Order: sequence, then structure tokens, then C-alpha cells
Amino acid sequence: MRFFFHFGRYLLLLKQLFKRPENYRMYWDELFRQMVAIGVSSLGIVIIISVFMGAVTTVQTAYQLISGLVAKTVIGAIVSDSSILELGPTITSLVLAGKIGSSIASEIGTMRVTEQIDALEIMGVNAPGYLISPKILAAVITIPMLIVLSITLSISGGIFVGDLTGILSAQQFIEGARSSFLPYNIFFSLTKAFTFAFIISSVSAYQGYYTSGGSLEVGQSSTKAVVYSCILILLSDYLLAQLML
Amino acid sequence: MIALKNISKSFGDKKILENISLHFQPGKVNMIIGASGSGKSVLMKLMVGLHLPDTGSIEYDGQDYVSLDRNERSEVRKQIGMLFQNSALFDSLTVEQNVLFPLSMFSPGSHADNIKRVNFCLDRVGLANTNKLYPAELSGGMKKRVGIARAIVLNPKYLFCDEPNSGLDPLTSIVIDELIREITQEYNITTIINSHDMNSVMEIGDQIAYIYKGRKEWEGDKATILTTDNQLLNEFVFATNFLRQFRDKSR
Repeated sequence: MRFFFHFGRYLLLLKQLFKRPENYRMYWDELFRQMVAIGVSSLGIVIIISVFMGAVTTVQTAYQLISGLVAKTVIGAIVSDSSILELGPTITSLVLAGKIGSSIASEIGTMRVTEQIDALEIMGVNAPGYLISPKILAAVITIPMLIVLSITLSISGGIFVGDLTGILSAQQFIEGARSSFLPYNIFFSLTKAFTFAFIISSVSAYQGYYTSGGSLEVGQSSTKAVVYSCILILLSDYLLAQLML
Repeated sequence: MIALKNISKSFGDKKILENISLHFQPGKVNMIIGASGSGKSVLMKLMVGLHLPDTGSIEYDGQDYVSLDRNERSEVRKQIGMLFQNSALFDSLTVEQNVLFPLSMFSPGSHADNIKRVNFCLDRVGLANTNKLYPAELSGGMKKRVGIARAIVLNPKYLFCDEPNSGLDPLTSIVIDELIREITQEYNITTIINSHDMNSVMEIGDQIAYIYKGRKEWEGDKATILTTDNQLLNEFVFATNFLRQFRDKSR
């Protein structure tokens, strides 16, 4: 029953996001502020995890494909396809759920418990619209960009480590990657990116918006935002794979 | 004018307010007093539209707020300024941006005009040259003043103050009380204050309502509050030894 209560309330909250903004310029400014907070500030962590993700996958794939019967180019094919299909969108989104999700939930949760959201509502501002819609829009714009960057860096990390350690040359890696490349995989990967971006931002905003109590509850909302976002990312990852592949 | 008629409110099984009717005097400082947990804050949240009552009506100039649609309520809210107990300033914005926020959102004026209005309001509350400070850099009293500046920046018809003196030292409390009284008189605002500070009540209250366990127990002016026979109100007003001795000596 609690699931239906929360799901219903989540849908009602989303419905409020579609009300006409009181002042488009203020919402526009807030969108850009959120794009910096969500997108630009996550660049560092995305770069680090993506390069290592590709590097480690290359080493481990080479370790498992030790047979001389398998061409080394297969390693490039596996690493690039894994980066596009799973590692880039899913692992990056799980990491971003931790970083962005907790930040959104704690920011909105703190605003709730310190009556800042009440202050907005008394002014006549549609608080969910002003606080949540720029965050969701910013996430849906910037997270797919981060995921494209992540895929690129993951493949680059694989090429670099493969060449550096002598597992396979950069040319062999690229040859393998090109041989298995399907443009549809990019479409599938971006579909996942948009879905995960929406899940992270909306679920975290929901957790923050309905926080009640004090600092302890803000912390709990932040934790719930990360946990539920991760579970929903994995669930939708499976569903999308089942539906689209 | 604001009038409450037979307002009741419960949260779950817990009855918070029961059958409260009140009229607030226009252009005056109206005070709602009562012990902590008596339902004052819930009553104020009902009046500003943060909650809706289970029964009864809240009338703004004869218009029942409860029966209005969302857009009409939004229009009423634009006539309301509110000072929160903890000021509720936006942490991520500077003092200037906090006061500017309602203007930027709703005023059709240019940015330069809006900034002029912000500076006027900040100057009025005695906080000129604090524009670039963040709320974290302000004292409790300064935060309240910024809260007042933000509340009056759109020239509201009604000013609601929830425990304006909480957490302030006695001297700063007097300064905030005086500021509220001056602003009420200068701009002919109908001010409604939630408080349990009797000093504040005696300093600036024109009309006073006493809430006890969710019910209106007494209503009158400050001239009669010290002489009333109402036992519950007397226990509240003369709760301190100092005031009891003052009363006994007067008799």
C-alpha cells in the first residue's frame, strides 16, 4: 500500500511541474544554474571513473581471453560495446545518482525543513515548478552529454592501457571496435541515458520535497534518494534491455 | 479585512484547532498569543494558505480563500508578506537577491527599478550596505530584518509574522517589534503576529486573541488583558514571578 501512496504522490508532484511558470526568465536562469551544478560539477568524477572503467575492462577481458584462437581485436570489440551498452550509461548513472541525487534531495529537503519552500509558496510561486523542473530539465540535458563523454573516455582508457601494457595495439583495439560497432547501440545507450537522468533527478527531488522534521530526516531523504534511484536505474536498465535488444 | 469563521483543523486523529472565529482589525497590529503547541502556528499557516481548514472559511475582504481556485489564491497570496520564525531566507542567495526575488518574479519593472526598491526596503529596515552578504553571515536580528524587507518589498496588504522575537535578545526584540509597528502604521498594513512574548504584546499589540488548546479562549485589547477575569489567560499572562508581583503591587 505504501508503494502506491508514494507512486501516486510522485505522479501528482510531477503534474505540478507542468504549470505555467510565473516568470520565464527566472526559470531560465535557474535552468542554467542547475546545468552548471549538475553537469559541469560532475565532469571530474565522470572523467576519472570512465578512464579507469575502460582500462580495467581491457585488462580483465584480456585475462579471460587468454586462448590463442581468439583474435586480439575481440578485446577492442568487447570493451567498446560494453562501454557503449552498459558501462558508460549504467555505471556513470549509478555514480551520478550518488553525487547528484544526494545533492538534490538534501538541497530541497533543507529548504523544506527551514521553511524556504513555504516562503516560496506564500509569495505565490509554484514551488515544485520553480525548484524541481529546472533540475529535471538540467539533468536530462547534461547527463546524456556526460554519458557520451564517459563512453568516449572509457574506450580511450581501454586503448591507452591496452597499448601501454602490450595487451593489444591501439590499431588492433580500434579495428575490433569498428568491426562490432552498430549505430543502434548509440541510440539504445542514449535512451538509457535520458531515462536514468529523469529517474535520478525526479526521484531525488521527490524525496527532498516531502522531507519533514529536521537535519536527521534530511540525511535520511538523501540516503533514500540514492538507494531508490540506484534500484530504479537497475530495474529500468533490465527492462530497456529486454524491450530494445 | 481578514475574518476567520468557525475554523477547525485536524491532522489524522489529532484535533489542532476547533471552531475558531476571529476578526482582524485593518491597519493595526493583531496578535495571536498562546502557549507552545496551542495551535497558533497552524492557524497562521491556514491563514496564508499553506494548509486548508477542515471546516470554516477564511475571508480576505469578504472573499472566501478556501473556495478560490489556484490562480485566484495565487493573486491573494501576492497581497501577503510573511516573516517566518527562522526567517526562511534562501541560503544560496545574497541579502539583495533574497529581497529582489519576489520583485523579479512578479514585478513588471526594470531590473534597475527593482534594485532601487530593494535598496529602499533594506534601508528602511536599517540594513543598508549589506546587499552582498549571505544569510549565513548575518546575526539572528539581521536575518529577521531581511525577512521583513523581503515581506514588504511587494507592498503587501497583510503582514504575517510567526514568532518574530524567537531566539532574539531583549534589546533586539524591541527593535524588531518597533520596526513591525512602524511599518504597519507607515504603509497601513494589517499585521498579524503569532507570539508568546508578553513584552511584545504589551509594546505593540492593538488587538489580542488568546488561543488555548486549539480554541479561542479570549479576545480583546491590551488595556483589558491585564484586568480580565479569565483564569486561563491570567495563568498565561502572569506566568512569571515578575509580572505576578507587578500585578499584586498594582492591586
